[in-house]
Amino acid sequence: MTGTAADLLKPAELLKQWLKTRLTAEQATWFETQLQKIHQSNSDRELHITLGMIPRKLGRADLSPTDTERAEANRLQPGWDPQNWSIDIAARVAVTCQLAELRPERFTTTITDLCRNADLAESIALYSGVSVYPQSAELDQLIGEGLRTNIRSVFEAIAHHNPYPAKYFDENRWNHMVLKALFIDSTLAPIVGLDKRANADLARILCDYAKERRAAGRPVSHELWRCVGPFASGDMINDLERATHSESRTEKLAALLALSTSTDERAKAILAAHSAIQQQIANGSLTVGSIEQQQNSSNVS
Amino acid sequence: MMLIDPHAHMISRTTDDYQAMAASGVVAVIEPAFWVGQPRTHVGTYIDYLSAIIGFERFRAGQFGIRHYCTVGLNSKEANNEELAEAVMEILPRFALKEGVVAIGEIGYDEQTELEDKYFRQQLELAKELELPVMIHTPHRDKKRGTTRSMDVCEEHGMDPSKIIVDHNNEETVREVLDRGYWAAFSIYPSTKMGNTRMVEILAEYGAERIMVDSACDWGISEPLGVAKTAKLALERGIPQNQVEMVCYKNALAAYGQSGQMHEDDWLNPSAIDQRTMYEGNSILRGGREPVVQESAVERNANNLIIE
Repeated sequence: MTGTAADLLKPAELLKQWLKTRLTAEQATWFETQLQKIHQSNSDRELHITLGMIPRKLGRADLSPTDTERAEANRLQPGWDPQNWSIDIAARVAVTCQLAELRPERFTTTITDLCRNADLAESIALYSGVSVYPQSAELDQLIGEGLRTNIRSVFEAIAHHNPYPAKYFDENRWNHMVLKALFIDSTLAPIVGLDKRANADLARILCDYAKERRAAGRPVSHELWRCVGPFASGDMINDLERATHSESRTEKLAALLALSTSTDERAKAILAAHSAIQQQIANGSLTVGSIEQQQNSSNVS
Repeated sequence: MMLIDPHAHMISRTTDDYQAMAASGVVAVIEPAFWVGQPRTHVGTYIDYLSAIIGFERFRAGQFGIRHYCTVGLNSKEANNEELAEAVMEILPRFALKEGVVAIGEIGYDEQTELEDKYFRQQLELAKELELPVMIHTPHRDKKRGTTRSMDVCEEHGMDPSKIIVDHNNEETVREVLDRGYWAAFSIYPSTKMGNTRMVEILAEYGAERIMVDSACDWGISEPLGVAKTAKLALERGIPQNQVEMVCYKNALAAYGQSGQMHEDDWLNPSAIDQRTMYEGNSILRGGREPVVQESAVERNANNLIIE
C-alpha cells in the first residue's frame, strides 16, 4: 500500500504549483529558498524556522482551490480535497512532502516530533496532509494520537475531506472515529468513504449511542442513520422507525432514506407507508446530499 | 469596554473563570510560561507544558470567545536547576516561533542567584535575536533592588526598553521603571501584590502612559476579574475613560503587539481559517445564536440546582 517515489513527488510539486499562483514574487522566493535550506541542512533547525515562519511570511488566507485544482488533488490521491485549506496549510504540507521525498529514512521520526510540538495551526496543517505522506506503522500510530485530541479542528483535519482513514483504518478505529465525530458535535458528511466503510458493528454502536442520547433527553444527529441503514435488522429497524416519527423533518427524511438501503422486509413496509417520500428516493430527488443542502440552508437563515 | 488581561495563568483556572472573564469584557489573555507550583524535574515535562499553553489552552479560551496568547521562557526559580535549565534553553527557540507567542517571559530574578542571572541574560539575547518583546517577572523579595538590577542587565545587553514589560510593580518601583522608558505592569493580586484601590491611586498620580494592569491569576488565591474590577473601580473614582482604556486594553496591545503576533483584528475580524478552526465563541456570536457566555452561567453557588 506504500506509495511509490513518483507518487510522493507529485503532491509537493502540485502544492508548490498552487502556491506559486497565489504568492507574490518575494514570498515565492522566500519559500523556495527555505525549501532549499531545509534540503541542504543536516539539523532540523531550518525546518523548525520555516514551519514557524510560514504564516508570518505567506499569510493565512484561504487557499480557495479552483475546481481544476480540486480535481488534480483527487486524481493524485482519490478523496483528497483541499477545499478548506489555507495558504499556510498548503505550504506546511509542501514542506513535509518534500521531507518525505528527500529524507524518507527519517520521515516518521521527524513528523512525529513535529506533531508533538506543534501549535494549533501546525497540528491542523500536519494532520491535514497525512494522505499524501508515505504510509507506515509509525505514521498510523501518530494519527491515532491525533484522533485522541479534544480539539475539534485537529480531529477534523484527520477525519474530514481526508482519504487516509477510509484507506488505512481498521474497523475498530474507523468506528470510533465516526462515533467521536458525533460525540464532539462534528459532522459525518465530510468523512471520505462513509458509506463504503459502513459495517454491522458500527450500526450497532450508533443505535446504542442514539438510545443513550434519547434516554438523556438530548437530540440525535440525523446523520448517523445513514451508517445504520444497510445493516439494520431486528431492533435497529425499531430505532429507525422511531426516527421516522421525529419532530425534526431532517431526521425523518434521513431515517426513511436509511430504511431504503436496508434489505429487511419490515424496513420496506415502513418506507411504503410514506409513499411520496419513497417516490422521491426512487427518482433520486431525495439524497444524502439534498438533505445536507436543506439542513445547511436552514442553518444559515 | 473591551479588556485584555496581559498576565493570566489560565492553565490553572477553570471554565467558570473563562466564562466570568468573557462576560466582564475580556477579549484576549496572555499566558506567560511560569513556575507550576512544584518544580519540574525533566525537560520533557517542560515541553509538554509549553505545548499545552500554545495548543490546548488556546483552544479552551477560544471556546469562550477569548483570544489566547502566551509567552515562553525559563522562569527564575527553575533557572536554579542547571541540568534542567540547559535542556530548556535548547528547546526554547523552537517554541518561541510558535503562533501566538508574544514575548520571551516571564523571566528575571527570584533569589538573584548566579544561575538566575546567567539564564536571564541568555534569554534576553534570545529575545533580541528573535525580535520578541520581553516580560520581566520582578522578584517578590528584595523587589526594589531586583527590579533595578533587571533593568540594568537589560541595558547592559543593549535591549530597547520600549520592548520590555516589567511586571508586578508597586508604589516603590513604578517611578524608576517609567522614568527609564519601560512598560510598567501591575498585577492586581490579593494579599501579596497590588490591590486595586492602590492601583487607582497610582493611576491618579502617574497617568496611563506605559502602564497596564493584569490579574496574574494562577493556582493561588487570585482574581481572574482583576482587570475588569480595576477598570470599574477606576471609572467610579473619576479616572477618565480614555485612561482606563489605555491601562486595561490599549497599552497591552501596543506593547505585546510588537511581536507581530497579536492584532486587534484577531478578535474583531478573525481570519476565515481561524473562524473555522479555533475561535468558536466568535463564530457562534456571528451566527446569531445565543452568546456562549451568559451572566447567569457565571453565578456559582449550590442553589443553582439543575445540571444539564
